[in-house]
Amino acid sequence: MSTPPEDRIWEVFRQEAEGDPMVHAGNVNAPDDELAMHYAREFYGRRGESHRLWIVPRDQIAELEDPDLLAPPFDRSHKRPGGYLIKHKLEAAKRRAAGDEPAP
Amino acid sequence: MDDATTIQPLGGPVPYAPGDADAFFAHVGSGGKVEADDWMPDEYRAAVLKFVEMHANSELMGVLPERDWIMRAPNLRRKLALTSKIQDEVGHAQLLYRVAEDLGKPRAAMLQDLLDGKTKFHNVFHYPTKSWADIGIIAWLVDAAAIVSQQALRDCSYAPYARTMKKICWEESVHIMHGRDVVLTLMNGTASQRAMVQEALDRWWGPLMQMHGPPTDPAKDKDLHWRIKAKNNEQLRQEFLSIYVPRIRELGLRIPDAALQYDDGEGRWHYTEPDWAELKSVVTGHGPASQSRLGFRREHYADTQWVRDALLGSATAAA
Repeated sequence: MSTPPEDRIWEVFRQEAEGDPMVHAGNVNAPDDELAMHYAREFYGRRGESHRLWIVPRDQIAELEDPDLLAPPFDRSHKRPGGYLIKHKLEAAKRRAAGDEPAP
Repeated sequence: MDDATTIQPLGGPVPYAPGDADAFFAHVGSGGKVEADDWMPDEYRAAVLKFVEMHANSELMGVLPERDWIMRAPNLRRKLALTSKIQDEVGHAQLLYRVAEDLGKPRAAMLQDLLDGKTKFHNVFHYPTKSWADIGIIAWLVDAAAIVSQQALRDCSYAPYARTMKKICWEESVHIMHGRDVVLTLMNGTASQRAMVQEALDRWWGPLMQMHGPPTDPAKDKDLHWRIKAKNNEQLRQEFLSIYVPRIRELGLRIPDAALQYDDGEGRWHYTEPDWAELKSVVTGHGPASQSRLGFRREHYADTQWVRDALLGSATAAA
């Protein structure tokens, strides 16, 4: 009696409309790339809801797990637009420019 | 994949057949998108490559004026912000060279052409910096002029470039806040600090007005027809003026162009004709800092040869 071929997990990425980014959709298990393509097509493409599909073996995906980088303990607010609080500075500069008050 | 041909493409009929240039141009002309592995005519590929390569070169060269000010930043937070901006811009160059590489030109060839002066970078990066106010004006207004065109590029027909532009625009919006904060702080400071900002604005205004390039004939502009870019040079300049002239003037800064005014009737800005001869001369390597910047880049490229040798396993690195 032959044993069935061992399945691999394939991660599926879909592009909803032309030009969109590829977004993770889910995964399928299949023994080879041909069947993985068929399964992905049935799960994520049979209603015309995907413009493009990528099917990638899970064991080929490299994941970065580095909390020091992804969630750094230091203040990195200078890297975000909200890190610059200009409201009061702008008001002060406008008042001075309008001649309402002398420069500090 | 041996059996891939048995699986039909998803998403309905293919909008153009590989090799059919007319159908391809109709596709992009009507808002269709192109991916890196799609077939495309050579002239489209060359046009996108030229555009992206120039953008990548500009990101890489654009950090050199700012680099000079890292050690002169007035406090630690400004130093962190400036260092972070420079890291972002070099990152943009990396992302864009990657997009360009997929179009068929190796990175080493792009860097060599830049160093040899065969390819261009934006006019504003050919000028020297003189004071800390320059760092505010560059981060605020040069990045603002750039983001106006980059936001339009998020609709580029070449989808990998359009998607990259989304990330780049987000980061540029941080740089603009950093620059505006630097300018506001100086404007709320002493009279000599305000004079320093005004002096910087006076020097940068000409290059800023030239930055988007002279008006082109829309009928002849292939980049527009193929939707590589969504707006023409004059539209971008008008958009920049509409947003930033009020923001500059409200701080009490004077824009050094007596002819600059908005015409309500025509719905556009009038201004003194920018010096297009200067633009042409500057971007072909004859700007005041063109050769020193390229010289620095060449020297740095030679100095870091050992890193490429080590990583790429060149025979010369064996020792």
